[in-house]
Amino acid sequence: MPAPEQHRLIFRHIDEAGYTPALDCYVRNGGYEVLRKALQRKPEELVEEVKKSGLRGRGGAGFSCGLKWSLVDRKSGKPIYLVVNADESEPGTFKDRYIMHQDPHQLIEGIMITCFANKVERAFIYIRGEFPDGAKILEKAIAEARAAGFAGPNVLGSGYGCEVYVHRGAGAYICGEETGLIESLEGKRPYPRIKPPYFPAVLGLYQCPTIVNNVETLCHVKHIADMGGEAYAKIGTPNNTGTRILCVSGHVQRPGYFEFEVGKVTMGQLLNEVCGGPLPGRTFKAVIPGGSSAKVLRFGERYKGKRKVGADMVEYDWGVEDIPMDFDCLAMIGSMGGSGGVIVMDDSVSMVEALGNINAFYSHESCGQCTPCREGSIWMKKITARMVHGAARPEDGALLKSVADQIAGRTICAFGEACAWPTQSFIAKFGDEFRAYAQAKAAPRPANAPELV
Amino acid sequence: MTNLKPETLSRIDEVITHYPQRRSASLPLLHLVQEDQGYISAEAIEWIAAKLGLQPINIYELVTFYPMFRQKPVGRRHIKVCRTLSCAIMGGYRTCAEFQKQFGTGLGEVSPGGDVTVEFVECLASCGTAPVVMVDDELHEKVDTAKARQICDRIKAEGAAAH
Repeated sequence: MPAPEQHRLIFRHIDEAGYTPALDCYVRNGGYEVLRKALQRKPEELVEEVKKSGLRGRGGAGFSCGLKWSLVDRKSGKPIYLVVNADESEPGTFKDRYIMHQDPHQLIEGIMITCFANKVERAFIYIRGEFPDGAKILEKAIAEARAAGFAGPNVLGSGYGCEVYVHRGAGAYICGEETGLIESLEGKRPYPRIKPPYFPAVLGLYQCPTIVNNVETLCHVKHIADMGGEAYAKIGTPNNTGTRILCVSGHVQRPGYFEFEVGKVTMGQLLNEVCGGPLPGRTFKAVIPGGSSAKVLRFGERYKGKRKVGADMVEYDWGVEDIPMDFDCLAMIGSMGGSGGVIVMDDSVSMVEALGNINAFYSHESCGQCTPCREGSIWMKKITARMVHGAARPEDGALLKSVADQIAGRTICAFGEACAWPTQSFIAKFGDEFRAYAQAKAAPRPANAPELV
Repeated sequence: MTNLKPETLSRIDEVITHYPQRRSASLPLLHLVQEDQGYISAEAIEWIAAKLGLQPINIYELVTFYPMFRQKPVGRRHIKVCRTLSCAIMGGYRTCAEFQKQFGTGLGEVSPGGDVTVEFVECLASCGTAPVVMVDDELHEKVDTAKARQICDRIKAEGAAAH
C-alpha cells in the first residue's frame, strides 16, 4: 500500500519559500485570527474543545492534554503558570527546532490561547541552551506580538493580559523532565521532584499550579481552537487524534521531518517510501521509534496479539514495517511513540557499539540524585566501553541486563526507565551479538562502519 | 564586577524583572556574564550570588552542573561536535577527529595558538542533518570531514587576519 500524503497542519509553512518568522508574514497568512476569536469565548469552552479533541502530548509521554489541564488546581487562589517545554533534548528529536526558528508566532498564538483558556497571566518558554538563535527569534517575536497587542497587557482590547518570557537552559537533558525543568526555572540544579506531592498541576513553579506543555502540543491547541475539538478528533485514528511530526534520522536515503495523521502511516511506508529506503548496498537492521530511550525494534522480528479496531478485537501479526506509527500500536508491541524521533540503523552498525553510544549519553545526563540511576548508568557505560575498547566477555550482556533491571522503577523520575530500556531491549533483541562480540571485533569491519564509542 | 559591559549590566537588570523570585534569574545571569567575559570566574560567581541575594554556593553548584557553563576561557572559536547516536552513526566521530587533527589539539583544550577549543557535546537536536557541529552560536549541518576542513580553513584565515 502506498504511503498516505503528508497532512501538514503544524508544519504547513515550514521550508516554504518566502515565509519568514516576522509578524507581518504570520498575519498575512491569517495569523492571530484564532486568538482573536478565542478571546470572545469563555475560557472553559476552550478547555472543553481541547478535551474533545483527544490531543495527546507530543513531548514523549503522550498524556492527554485536556486531562492535564483539568487537573490544574484552580481553587488555591495562587497564580497559574504555563511553562512551555522547548528543551527538545531527547536524542533523535528535531521538530520543535523548526517551529521555533521558522514559525515562532504559531507557537506564541498557541501559548496565548492556552493561557487565556487556563487563566494564566505569566508564561515561560524554557528553551534548550543549544538553540541560541531560536531564543533570539522567540524574543523578537514576543516583542513584535506584544507591540501589536497579541500578547502583554490587555490582549486585543479584551482586558485579559499575559506576559511571555524566554528562559534559556544550559545543556542538561534532564531539564526536559517537567519537574526538573521547573527546578531549573527556579534557578536551581534540575533535580526532578518526587510525585506525589509535587505534581505540577498543584505544586509546580514556585509551588503554584503549573501547566507544562511541549512546543508542538501548544501549536496543536491553536488548530483545535480554530477547527473545534470534534473536527480535530476526526483527523488521525481513535485515541490517537490529529497529526504528528515524525523525525527520521540515521541510515535512510532521505532523513527529515514529516507530518502525518497519527496512525495513518506505517514504519515501512515511512522508511521505505517517504525516506527512500536504506542506503545503497545496505539493509535495515534496527530502528528506535520514539527517541533514544524508546525500546529498539529489530527488523525481521514479528509482533503478534489482539487489538481493538472499532468495536471488535482483531488479531495482528506484524513485522517492523507493518507497525502503524501511533502511541497505542507502538506501546502494544513493547516500545513507544515517545517524542517522534525515529533513529534508523543499517547492517554496518554493531549493536554493542550503538548501545555503548547511548549509554555514554545517559551516564553523562543522569542528574545524580538517585543512586540506582547515577551509578547504574555509569556502570552500563563502562561495561559497553570496555567491550568495545578492551576485552569483551560472552557474559557481559547478562551483566548489563542485571544492572539495567535494577534501575527501572527505583528512581524519582522516568530517567531511570529511559536509561534502562535501551540496554534491556538491545540485550533482548540482539543478545547473540553481545555474546559473540569478541569474535565480531576480531573480524574485518564493514566498509565505512562508523565509530560510535 | 567592574569590568562588565554597560549593555550586559542593563540586560541583567531587565531580565531579573521577568521573574517573581530573583533566584530564577540565576541561569540568565550566568549566560549573560559568560557571553560578556567568555567564562565564569570565581569573582563572577560571588557577584551573581550577591546580585540575586544568594550564597555563592547556589551559583557555583549551577556552574558545575550545567554543561554549557565553563570556569576557564576557551579558544577564539568554540567548536562543539555532536557525539550522540544519530550523528555518530553518520560519522560524527570522524568529523570530530578531523577538527582535532586540523588544529593539533585534544578534546576540551585550547588549541596551540588559541584559535579554537574542540569539544564533543551531547545531542544538538538536528539529527536529520547529521553530523552537526556548532561553532560558537552557529549551527553547521552535514559536516563530513571535507566540510570540517573548510570550516577549519575559514577559522584559521580569520585567526591569521586578526594577527
